[in-house]
Amino acid sequence: MKVAAETIAPLTSKDTLDVGRIRADFPILNRKVNGKPLVYLDNAATTQKPSVVVESLRRYYLEENSNIHRGVHYLSQKATEGYEGTRKKMRTFINAPDAHEIIFVRGTTEGINLVAHSFVRERIKPGEEILITGMEHHSNIVPWQIVCEMTGAHLRVVPINDKGEIIMEEYEKRLTPKVKFVSIVHISNSLGTVNPVKQMIEMAHAHDIPVLIDGAQTVSHKKVDVQDLDCDFFVFSGHKMFGPTGIGILFGKSEYLEQMPPYQGGGDMIKSVTFEKTIYNDLPYKFEAGTPNIAGVIALGSAVDYINGIGLDSIYAYEQDLLAYATAAVLGVDGLRIIGTAKNKSAVISFMLEDVHPHDIGTIIDAEGVAIRTGHHCTQPVMQRFGIPATARASFAVYNTKDEVDALIRGIDKARKVFQ
Amino acid sequence: MSELKTLYQDIILDHNKSPRNFKKLENANRHAEGYNPLCGDHYNIYLRVENDIIQEVSFEGAGCAISKASASVMSSLLKGKTKAEAEELIHVFHKLVTGDADPMEELDRLGKLAAFAGVSEFPARVKCASLAWHTLRAALENKNDVISTEK
Repeated sequence: MKVAAETIAPLTSKDTLDVGRIRADFPILNRKVNGKPLVYLDNAATTQKPSVVVESLRRYYLEENSNIHRGVHYLSQKATEGYEGTRKKMRTFINAPDAHEIIFVRGTTEGINLVAHSFVRERIKPGEEILITGMEHHSNIVPWQIVCEMTGAHLRVVPINDKGEIIMEEYEKRLTPKVKFVSIVHISNSLGTVNPVKQMIEMAHAHDIPVLIDGAQTVSHKKVDVQDLDCDFFVFSGHKMFGPTGIGILFGKSEYLEQMPPYQGGGDMIKSVTFEKTIYNDLPYKFEAGTPNIAGVIALGSAVDYINGIGLDSIYAYEQDLLAYATAAVLGVDGLRIIGTAKNKSAVISFMLEDVHPHDIGTIIDAEGVAIRTGHHCTQPVMQRFGIPATARASFAVYNTKDEVDALIRGIDKARKVFQ
Repeated sequence: MSELKTLYQDIILDHNKSPRNFKKLENANRHAEGYNPLCGDHYNIYLRVENDIIQEVSFEGAGCAISKASASVMSSLLKGKTKAEAEELIHVFHKLVTGDADPMEELDRLGKLAAFAGVSEFPARVKCASLAWHTLRAALENKNDVISTEK
């Protein structure tokens, strides 16, 4: 299938979304697993890829492969156009003021580490504090612990309530003059909670504290406008938004990015090099040392085109409907308890089944072709908060259907029967 | 489903539901703690070893059906065994769950443990089945560190 994403007509009418057509764009959804049709409900871990994204990778390597920002030859220019074209698309996608505020990184994790070392570690002093929440992914905990260890700063955590929501009074209380940076997840990967980040950013800014938003679980589900949020940094991964693995985005406000030293040194991030003195390149290249993931960037551009073709408003509405259906369905299962019952939730359902360990659920339902995640979801502190070792988690994307929710329920029922 | 049946054998379901020797052993002289950080499975194994013979054994903790049943069946087999015999059992069990042993050929040595033969078909679950056994080895060696599946 050789269709440029740009030529695809919008898939939606005003309120409805043609999920059949969307599913046809994802060949993997047609395969069988253990003799049963695949029901892929592990989208918070990674989403599947539409043909246009795979085609984009194929085309780059077979027809356009070349290094960027170097040669004057045709292919190099072609690759550079594709690479920089995606940067412009990403700027529009999150409404960043300027394309040079879009830095290509390997993923959310690398984006957070870059800010931790080039920004926070540079400015923070012993005894000062970095503030995160109790529902962070390990990738938004460990980099800060490393910075604290190196600088003598302290990591502070805003507790969450029994529904899995940030306790805002506790957040307010912790915004003391000692706090020099706030790093919070927009949507929790294990609980599904959508945090009131706009309000939280405003509160931090009232104390002149810059804020990073971990948007890994946001971008394929909900529209992001970094100017409206007024976040200072925003990070996300390509592979959770129908793009390839190994590519992600760090958005940072120019005023901060300009002040920050490079994260890594090498080619492409310099203007001139002598053994005595090296002059760093301008934004965004200062932060993109070495030959980047060119194919990944170009394919990420196709993924963004694909999302835009459907429209994030339609995606959000569709997924919220699916979430409501799935929530009601799982609550109908005897002995099932949902972990994460925030008022404002994304399409993620973490659950526990009485007397059946999540891992056993995972194995039994895998035999039915249903892929869910079991374990701590890289949020061990969340598990500790709820006093549980692990959960089973179904996480949805725009290509999932109510029939698939029904398959999930049949799988859970089977697990219950095995352990009856 | 046929493969699933071979994983969740009746013996395994039974030991998961009613684990044997599931308590702390007050007069234990050997103890080790086992933990699988990936899934949260966590067990303590207690032994009372006298004159090189395991006189008593117990365990407590929490985890999936495979890990709990494995610990329970293990505990039911160890009483009266010498340290060397226990080591041999650890070895045979490891071969079984990693698919290196033919359960039919080793039936004499395996006994009830043959119920775990199906685990080898589920690579993601081998660590579940092995956790208690790694912990047993540490207890026999009287190591006090927490035994992790991820080291």
